[in-house]
Amino acid sequence: MSKFTLNDLRDIMRTSVGVEEGVDLDGPIDEVEFTELGYDSLALAEVCSQINRRVGVAIPEDDLLALITPAAIVRSVNELLVGTAG
Amino acid sequence: MRASDLSVDPVITGIGVVAPTGIGLDAHWQAALSGKSGIGLISRFDPAPYPVRLAGQVPGFDVAEQVPARLAPQTDFWTQTSLAATRDALADAGVDPARLPEFSMGVLTAASSSGAEFGQHEMGRLFTKGPAWVGTYQAIAWFFAATTGQLSIRHGMRGPAGVICTEQAGGLDTLGHARRLIRAGDGTRLMVTGGTDAPLCPYALVAQITNGKMSTGDDPATAFAPFSAEASGYVAGEGGAILIVESRESAAERGRTGYGAVTGYAAGFDPPPGSPRPPALRRTIDAALADAGLAPSDVDVVFADGAGVPHLDLAEAAAITAVFGARRVPVSVPKTLTGRMYAGGAALDVATALLALRHGTIPHCGAPVELAPGCEIDLVTGQPREAPLRTALVLSRGHGGFTSALVLRRPEA
Repeated sequence: MSKFTLNDLRDIMRTSVGVEEGVDLDGPIDEVEFTELGYDSLALAEVCSQINRRVGVAIPEDDLLALITPAAIVRSVNELLVGTAG
Repeated sequence: MRASDLSVDPVITGIGVVAPTGIGLDAHWQAALSGKSGIGLISRFDPAPYPVRLAGQVPGFDVAEQVPARLAPQTDFWTQTSLAATRDALADAGVDPARLPEFSMGVLTAASSSGAEFGQHEMGRLFTKGPAWVGTYQAIAWFFAATTGQLSIRHGMRGPAGVICTEQAGGLDTLGHARRLIRAGDGTRLMVTGGTDAPLCPYALVAQITNGKMSTGDDPATAFAPFSAEASGYVAGEGGAILIVESRESAAERGRTGYGAVTGYAAGFDPPPGSPRPPALRRTIDAALADAGLAPSDVDVVFADGAGVPHLDLAEAAAITAVFGARRVPVSVPKTLTGRMYAGGAALDVATALLALRHGTIPHCGAPVELAPGCEIDLVTGQPREAPLRTALVLSRGHGGFTSALVLRRPEA
């Protein structure tokens, strides 16, 4: 995979963790904090586990707590992808 | 012994059912009255390689419809059936938990198979693909308290929480324990009790088969025939019932008197196999009646454990006869339509007993049977029996020796 997009993340969220009632995952969620999307730490751990399986990059556990929005996750995955490619 | 006092005994005000007899209280009751069995060939997986091929399965449970989208991926079918049944039970009781103090409500469920199917799926990934493929939710989905935890979180119930693992006796034990908590008068007004089970995946089934008590029959009409001369073991079933129990004062705030009061409870434990001492059932019945302040003649109907295993049937019939006299009280085993549902079985029996009290009708067990020699009980078979019912006794035994008895009384106008 060359680039990880917000839609890739949306797909993972939808299929692995599920969508909270009242949340529109297809809306502008880039900078919405995961807590507002109904995602707790366990949900994020599952998202990262799925990213590892599908994309092949492992977000360090220590970084996870700082990645509080979808945009932050996408950025982090792409930085790791660049590192993998290099 | 204390005198029974309905003013302090809590009442059951809400019932939610997800069972082989149907989803919803009405579907279950209609199936019970018409003798519509939910037992058939296992369809959740291919049972052909297994010696046990029949089970009671919940018809038409649509997870997307019954379970919130965020909870579905992190829960086993066991928890999902409890989530649906609890939603229905609260609605039936007319309770909106958001309007009650969060620490005044608690959750106490029975668990037996727990999240075995979820666990089997994840363990399969561990063995075939590696640790990174095990889902994060394995951490919270399989274990015994998972359902209680999810119910507590979902409904904002932060009072007493627990799980009771006494196999099929568990449903009664949750009610007995909840009654104690509510009567203690230290702020707990409402408890979510009962339980469901999901024992139908290969991993769970092979564990059950080791007990040597399961029927290997292929005819759904005869494979599970408690107290019958043809009894050859039991059939497992999935699902169960969730029951809302609350203080009479709490129910009265909404103008409710409930289906019935939990007026007596006792639990016993069998002596080890080979012991000359008798099984615990008779003294457990005696203790539950004493707890209720009632005499055997006050009991109008008995919902039996109905193991379907000849020596266990004989022991249960002997205990009933010792307490009540030969053929002196109607006995029914509605679980002939569902199979033994472990953590959900006794809870569903309580639901059925409460409906029987309300309607003055005792549901019959499946097909008419020829009683096994020595079973001197008045088994209700063939068709439902109408009778004025005030008091019901529900019996349940769990694998390993757990024995419980619960007394329910219809509220008197």
